[in-house]
This record gives sequence, C-alpha cells and structure tokens, in this order.
Amino acid sequence: MPASDALRLDEGAATRPRFPLLPWLGSLVGSSETGLKASHFRRPWLAAGLVAPQLLILLFFFFIPTWKALSLAFVQVDPFGGTMIFVGLDNFTTLFSSPEYRDSAVLTLWFTTVQCVATLLVAGLLAFATDQVMRGKAIYKGVILLPYAIAPAISGVLWAFLFNPTVGPLAHMLHDLGFAWDPNRRPFDALLLVSVAAVWKHICYDYIFLVAAFLAVPASVIEAGAIDGARPVRRFLTITLPMAAPTIFFLIVMNFVYGLFETFGIIDTITHGGPAGSTNTLVYKVYQDGFRQLDLGSSAAQSVVLMAIAILFTVLQFRAVERKVNYQV
Amino acid sequence: MVERHIGLSIFCHVVLLLGAAAVGMPLYFAFVAGSLTVGEVQQVPFPLLPGDHFVENTIGAWNEGDFGQLYINSFIVTVGIVVGKLTVSIIAAFAVTYFRFPFRMTAFWLIFISLMLPVEVRIIPTYEAVADAGGPLRSFFEAIGLTGFLANTTGYQLDAALQWNMVNTYSGLILPLIASASATFLFRQFFLTVPDELCEAAKLDGAGPLKFFRDVLLPLSSANIAALSIILFLYGWNQYLWPLLFTTEKEMYTAMIGLKDLIPVADAQPAWNIAMAASFFVMAPPALVILLMQRWFTKGLVDSSK
Repeated sequence: MPASDALRLDEGAATRPRFPLLPWLGSLVGSSETGLKASHFRRPWLAAGLVAPQLLILLFFFFIPTWKALSLAFVQVDPFGGTMIFVGLDNFTTLFSSPEYRDSAVLTLWFTTVQCVATLLVAGLLAFATDQVMRGKAIYKGVILLPYAIAPAISGVLWAFLFNPTVGPLAHMLHDLGFAWDPNRRPFDALLLVSVAAVWKHICYDYIFLVAAFLAVPASVIEAGAIDGARPVRRFLTITLPMAAPTIFFLIVMNFVYGLFETFGIIDTITHGGPAGSTNTLVYKVYQDGFRQLDLGSSAAQSVVLMAIAILFTVLQFRAVERKVNYQV
Repeated sequence: MVERHIGLSIFCHVVLLLGAAAVGMPLYFAFVAGSLTVGEVQQVPFPLLPGDHFVENTIGAWNEGDFGQLYINSFIVTVGIVVGKLTVSIIAAFAVTYFRFPFRMTAFWLIFISLMLPVEVRIIPTYEAVADAGGPLRSFFEAIGLTGFLANTTGYQLDAALQWNMVNTYSGLILPLIASASATFLFRQFFLTVPDELCEAAKLDGAGPLKFFRDVLLPLSSANIAALSIILFLYGWNQYLWPLLFTTEKEMYTAMIGLKDLIPVADAQPAWNIAMAASFFVMAPPALVILLMQRWFTKGLVDSSK
C-alpha cells in the first residue's frame, strides 16, 4: 500500500451533498475538499484515467457543439461560399423583431403554462385519491403509471389518431356535438390537441412524486389534525399540501422543462408545428429553421436563447432540490 | 389511525377509476383500431369493440416497416446508452469523490456544467459535431502545423485520416446521448453517503482503489444501478429527435422512426389500423419493463431527484 494512501482522519471533508451555484475560482485548481471523501486515494494518474472517458465525450458532444452554437450566433454564414462575417448582435435583433419568433415565444409560454397547471391539478387529484383509498391501490397505480413507458412520439401518434377529423373516434363525438373540430386547419384545435397529448403523457411523472410526497407526511401529524377535528379534505389542504410544497415547486420546474424541451416528438407526430405556426414552439422552431430552412445564423441565435432558458431552469431545479432536502421532516 | 369517510372513499374510487379510464382510453381505441381492416377503421361511428385482424395487422406492419432490423437497431442503441452511460458515469463519479488529484474541482465543474443544457437546445451544432467528429482535431493539428509537417515529410494525409462521419452509425446514435452528467451526479451523491469506514477498512486490508471499487462500491451501488438502468432504458428506447436527424438510411432507423413512417399522411390511404397495431409492438419493451419493475423504478425516480 503506497504511503500516500495513508489514512487521513484529521482532514475534515465537506461532504455535504450540495451544489453551490458559483464555484470559487481558487477552488478550481487548489486542493478543495468539497465533495471529497475524508478517506480517499492519491493516485492522480488513475483518477485522470477514470474521468477521462466522461471528459472526452463531453468535449466532443457537449463543449465543442455549445461553443459552435455560441460562435455561430454572432456571425452571418454565406450559404454557398461558407465565408463567415462577424455581425455582432444582428442575429438576435433580427430574431427578437421577427413577429414569427414572438408568436412562437408567446405560444410556448401559453402551452407550457397550461400543460404545467393541468398536469399538476390532475396528478394532484389522483394522488390525493390514491392516498385516501385502501383497496386496489396497486392496480390504479399500475394503470396510471403506464404512460411513463410510452414515448412522447407514440403519445402523439395515439392522440393524432383519436382526434383525426376523418377517422378519429373522439373527433366523431365532437362533430356529433356540433363542434367543427379539425386540428389540421384550426390553430386552436391543434394547440389543444398537442396540450392534451402532452398532459396525458406527463401526468404519471407528477403522480409518482406526489404520491411519494403525500405518503411521506408523518402519520402523527395527520392524527393530531384528526384529533383537533379536521376532516380529511381540510387535513389535506392544511397539512399534507403545505408539507408537499417543496415537491410541488420541484414539479412545476420539471413540468416547464418537459413542456419546453421534451414535447418535440408530440408536435412532430401530430401537427409538424402547424397549422399556420400555431404549434411551432421554440424548440420545434430551432429544428424547423435549422434543418428545414437551413437558416443557420438565426437557428444558432435561437439555440443560445434556449440555452439561457435551460440554464435558468437548471438553477431553479437545483434550488427546488435543495429546498426539498432542507424542509423534509 | 384516523377515521374514514364512506363518502370520501367512494369519491376517491370514482376519481381513480376515471383517471385510469382516461389513461387507458387512447390505448384501448388504439387496440380497437389495430384490430380492424382499412375499410372498417373509416366507419362512422367508430366501432367500440375490437375486430379480429389484430394479429394480421401486426404482422403486416412488422413486415411493411421491416421492423426486424429496426428492433435490432433500437436494442443496440438502447443497450449502448444504458451500458455506456452507466460505465462512464460511475467511474467518473468514483474519481471525483474518492481521489485527490490536481484539477479535481475543474474536472468536477466541467462535468456538472453539462447538466445545464439538454441536447434539444443544441441540436444543430451537435449534429455538425457528430457528422464531422474529426473536425476539431483537424483544425487543431492544422493550427499547430502538424498537418503540413506530416504531409511534407512523410506524405501522410492527416486531414484525410481524420474524417469521421458518424451519421447512420450506432456510435453517432449513442454517444451524444451519453454526453450528460445526470448519472454522474446521482452516483456522486450516493457515494457521498457511503460511510468512510468502509474505505478505511479496505485500505487497512491492503486493497487498492480498483479493488475497493469492485468489491465494495459496486455491490453497494447495485440498487442505484438497477433503478438507473430502467430509467435509461426508457430514455434510450423512446428517443425520437436524435434518431430522426441522425438516420437517413432505412436500415439504420430505430423502431420509433419506423413507426413515424407508418403514420398516414394527408391524401394517402388512411391505414391507421396498421399504424396503431405497430404502435403496440414499438411501445411493448418499455411498457413491459415498467409493469415488471414498477417498484424499482418509482423508488429510483423519486430518489434520483433528491
């Protein structure tokens, strides 16, 4: 055993699993103890070999692409010659002044908000009911969790069929009720359909977390409420719900992330962003502009905007996770 | 134990039944549609009971989309993502938590900053990076003059040797999806909760880092590895955007892309019965995983966000 691997009991390790948002610059190169086990090894070359695969993959498929997106956002590329001209913030000013982009941003905000609220409400109601019932829990859970296995793209295919204006059974019902349902022509119908498919696919996720959060409320607190004369609904609203608040905050963040970034498959299988751009969310638009219209400068600028949004949500997500850890009883 | 209300119980059962029905309804109609003929599927009103062509449609869809090959592709890509991501992540997490080495915090931040950006926001640059993975190396060797030097002295064309195009390859479908630190982060969080005494005891017994990793840390992580494998399996199998961009040849399609090709487009024959039958066998592997390993995966999912 090498002497350098000797026990080092005296070194206090800061092993608190926290994620500080900004690193101290000095700790980058120095011998910071953050997240290092008190009992550890000193074999720098072995350690380097162990992190190398991860760092290499990240270099090629994360850092270089991100760097390219950032640099492309500030240049204008001539589609034929391949020459680049630095244009500063031109791509961004063009982007923000484009009515299409603004429409897309407003639509994305509307879609993600509606999706987030609807998912939480439905999942909350189901989780509340699951918490109350005694019999059949496993069966209900099994069915409600099933969409977790189903890809967004398949969810899109299923709902596209159900509400297909010519063959879809639910579209027939709407027609019988007198609605002129047609998601291929009417923008509102298309957006509604995409939202329903997105919510259907995501209820299970919120449901899993809410069931776990409601279950984690100590029985003693609930019993104390019962002794004080609070009925089940009141106990739920004044005890369970506040204690699950950190989870709910976490889920709001995760729902927004899902609505923004993971609904591509749903949109691509149901509407392709149409009709008239009514379901062209920000992520779908990057794909449309970059791969269909080949407008690389604008697409890169859009990527940068999305990166900013993604970073914001990651920060919120870490805050949510931290809060959850701190408040848990 | 607190008191129970009959009325509330009934209400809750009704809510759950409605919820389960709402979740199951699209799947039921998909099954009905998948069991009809093309003619029957266009009936108004839509039949509420299944026909008897499900097997026939399934076989038809399987052959029409050449799903034998696509299934193999999907399995290779999914297993590659699961095994690749787990392996790369667990050894990286081991290194940053159990080793003192220069630039440890730099490595840590380089890894964890990647949690910030999902692959969806950098689709186009990632596409370019993977379509020309040798590009950065070429420019690097060009810049330091190695390319010209080799060409002049030995006649070796470094530029030509560094043309790696990963479009329509399995590695092109796998590697970009491994490039995220989520699993590394989870393993790190777990390693931080492992008692220090274990490592000290291992050292006293003369075990080196790799032996400690193999005989102590890996067995301890088995529950986490199992839960994460399930989540990554679903993630890999259900990938849509990346295979859509990255496969241009039909032999390299994944099952998900094959299904997309079966969706009837406007003006074509509305063969929804074929598409719906196909959707069942495309979603079958992840659905089976969820049904069989429900407990593992719900616990893993909730734990993984802590």
